[in-house]
Amino acid sequence: MSSNIFDFATLTGSIHTWLSGMMSSGWVIFTEMVLVGLVFLLMYALVGLFLVYLERKVCAIMQNRVGPNRVGKWGLLQTIADLIKLLMKELIPIRKSDPLLFNLAPFIVIICSFLAMAALPYAKGLQAIDFNIGVFYVMAVSSLSVVGILLAGWSSNSKYSLIGAMRSGAQIVSYELSVGLSLLAIVVFSGSMQLSTIIESQANGWWIFKGHIPAFISFIIFLVASTAEINRGPFDLAEAESELTAGFHTEYSGIKFAFFFLAEYMNMFIVAALGATVFLGGWMPFHIGNWEGFNQIMDYIPSVVWFFGKTFFLILIIMWFKWTFPRLRIDQLLTLEWKYLLPISLFNIVLIAFIVLMGWHF
Amino acid sequence: MSEEIIKDVIVGEQEDYIINMGPQHPSTHGVLRLEVCLKGETVKYLIPHVGYIHRGIEKMCEANTYQQIIHLTDRMDYLSAHMNNEAVCMVVENAMQVKVPERVKYIRTILNELNRLASHQLWWCAFGMDLGALTSFFYGLRDREMILDIFEESFGSRLLHSFNTPGGLMHDVHPNFQNRIKEFIKYFRKKLPEYDQLLTGNVIFQNRAIGIGLMSKETAIGYGVTGPSGRGSGFSCDVRKIAPYGAYDKVQFNEILATEGDVFARYKVRMAEMWESMNILEQLVDNIPEGDFTAKMKPIIKLPAGEYFQRVETARGELAVYVVSDGNKSPYRMKFRTPNFSNLFVMNEISAGCKIADLIAISGSLDLVIPDIDR
Amino acid sequence: MNSIAKYFSDIFKGISSLWAGMRITGKYFFSPGAIVTQQYPENRATLKMEERFKGEIVMPHDANNLHACTGCGICEMNCPNGSIEILTDRVANAEGKMERVIDKHIYHLSMCTFCGLCVKTCPSDALAFGQEFEHAVFDRSKLTKVLNQPGSKIRKEAK
Repeated sequence: MSSNIFDFATLTGSIHTWLSGMMSSGWVIFTEMVLVGLVFLLMYALVGLFLVYLERKVCAIMQNRVGPNRVGKWGLLQTIADLIKLLMKELIPIRKSDPLLFNLAPFIVIICSFLAMAALPYAKGLQAIDFNIGVFYVMAVSSLSVVGILLAGWSSNSKYSLIGAMRSGAQIVSYELSVGLSLLAIVVFSGSMQLSTIIESQANGWWIFKGHIPAFISFIIFLVASTAEINRGPFDLAEAESELTAGFHTEYSGIKFAFFFLAEYMNMFIVAALGATVFLGGWMPFHIGNWEGFNQIMDYIPSVVWFFGKTFFLILIIMWFKWTFPRLRIDQLLTLEWKYLLPISLFNIVLIAFIVLMGWHF
Repeated sequence: MSEEIIKDVIVGEQEDYIINMGPQHPSTHGVLRLEVCLKGETVKYLIPHVGYIHRGIEKMCEANTYQQIIHLTDRMDYLSAHMNNEAVCMVVENAMQVKVPERVKYIRTILNELNRLASHQLWWCAFGMDLGALTSFFYGLRDREMILDIFEESFGSRLLHSFNTPGGLMHDVHPNFQNRIKEFIKYFRKKLPEYDQLLTGNVIFQNRAIGIGLMSKETAIGYGVTGPSGRGSGFSCDVRKIAPYGAYDKVQFNEILATEGDVFARYKVRMAEMWESMNILEQLVDNIPEGDFTAKMKPIIKLPAGEYFQRVETARGELAVYVVSDGNKSPYRMKFRTPNFSNLFVMNEISAGCKIADLIAISGSLDLVIPDIDR
Repeated sequence: MNSIAKYFSDIFKGISSLWAGMRITGKYFFSPGAIVTQQYPENRATLKMEERFKGEIVMPHDANNLHACTGCGICEMNCPNGSIEILTDRVANAEGKMERVIDKHIYHLSMCTFCGLCVKTCPSDALAFGQEFEHAVFDRSKLTKVLNQPGSKIRKEAK
């Protein structure tokens, strides 16, 4: 099955053999690491810039506006112009701030989102590292960014920043639970934490369809909780601009601000990619059971397209949330998590365990 | 402000966490500074500091003629510029005992209601944005554009249209005026339910608004909170009903009252006032009588010596104008009782104990226009 | 039991109210409809201001370079901000009598609040509002304008 999906492993394998012919094995690994690093760096920048553009355009259309349309065709180069502007802006040192932590914080945030990208499968055979605890790794790494946010808020010597950082801490720590539990639902279904295994297990249908209603509920919970975890509206309390001006990054300027900004968008990409991988089959085409003919046709669409299509679909939903809803208050945010999402997902996981135990899922 | 609060601020308790909201802050809609004392996220008390945009309008009035004063009143509450103009005009007309043509009264009332609609639309935009629903801002502005276009066509300016002059209007309205208003009402009757769907019914919005910033009727009367903010607490203070002026005695409309006194009640009152304004407009727009657009006035207006007083209902509450004249062509003393000044100072009373985010919701629900506070 | 029912009904009511809001933004996402934003510098050629638009004060001159200003100074008197200054001259007319004529009608655009009192009170209708609105300049002194064109004369009404 899925035989005619192009496997990127053949491409990467041939590069590996070509490199092995030229140098010793130690150098081969080094060169490959540098290559992969470069590719990720490029992708990070491109996807990040495109997401910023997409967000602006999507919200403009939703709000009956035109959106960026000055730089380049349809304003496509607008974010690049913004990046150049941010690069050239002055880095303002803050009096009585903690310079080491102040400068370190944006790097922590951006490194965390960078690390998570390594474990995501972008297409068949296109995955930097296939951990056997892939789901756990991505979650652990992406939640580390709260350290950067807390440091940023603490070290800027600004009261608004500090409030924003404290909110963010409370928020991420609590919503981490729901994200974990909702992902755990699919881990229980597929019996593995390895992302490649989870995808393979969806070859006869995605988990959101195969897993009955509990899988759907955990998908919804995942969407809500991960929106909260990446500090996006309606859960953008950490940077609530009408309350805290800009929250934890009030005092940052220039490229350090750009790091926070880019990391926020990349985190959105990462959670969307994770959600697409776990619930919607990642790069796996839309398959229905054993309708061989139908599945064959679906296989003609390249797996990269499937992956990015699903990811951007989820990103659009997250954007849709942000541009529709008012912001929650901090106590309501925690109420939502501890009184609604967590009990429901706990109950849900028990239900799923029971379903799996009885073998009722497809 | 009680003594101990002042002492608190000067001495400063060790654990008091005082932040300055403003003069540059996204949610104060102008240069208002709120000194907020926090305990965690909870507001202990707040002290408003006003005067950042004080221009001395009352003093400037003493050096200007009555015609010239009109354009200064535009700059107080710029979102209800027309009502401010009308207040001064009516003081002068009543003092001079000029009979204003019916046509003028009708047009003034129509403009009042259009201005109120525009103002409430902008309030809705900004209120949604304060609470983080950024989309509401653009929907509101999109619909407000139509009213501003009507203004621009008739008066040549969109916001500060010094269109009234003692005795009548500067010139007649544009021939398209009535048609465009009817067009607008038809359009806005379809769009206003969208506002409700987007924000009013939203569970997040309701949780943010219901039960927040409770203001009892006694507090509202005690602080002189008027307009929709006061009516949200059940304080019947609509000058259009109590002391009708213009053509308000010729139209049927209800005074919108809510008794809850929270942010959501003030929100509901304003939303209902938009519907009510459209009703008033519909009753008036087809019945504008023919006639002069101004009464015969002397080129130099000198009020007889004495004291004169007039109040009108602006979009934010009761604006009262008090003039002392010594018989010259400029007033001896002019005093404006602006609604926002009173509405601002109730904030300390109603926001104690709420969260920072609620503070934003409360200040949004009071619909403050800062130049009107400082004048 | 009642509280449990309330718990679940709250969830469903909440979700349905959220969905109502998402329907509105979703509707505009798929059918944006008319966008009221004007593409300003691009539509310069077609941009037409309303005829009553208060862009600046102008003094209309006819084809023979004649205007209607008598230099009476009423506009200067009525201006609340002192943005109009009238400089007059005394010139002998055809009959040899000295007559007051306008030398310069100076208008400070930087001080003008467009209240319209000068246009309204002008007894000879010499002033009007112009539609020009692109007033940005690099030097403040350029905002001070002389409204009567050089060499222009007052229009004598045919008697």
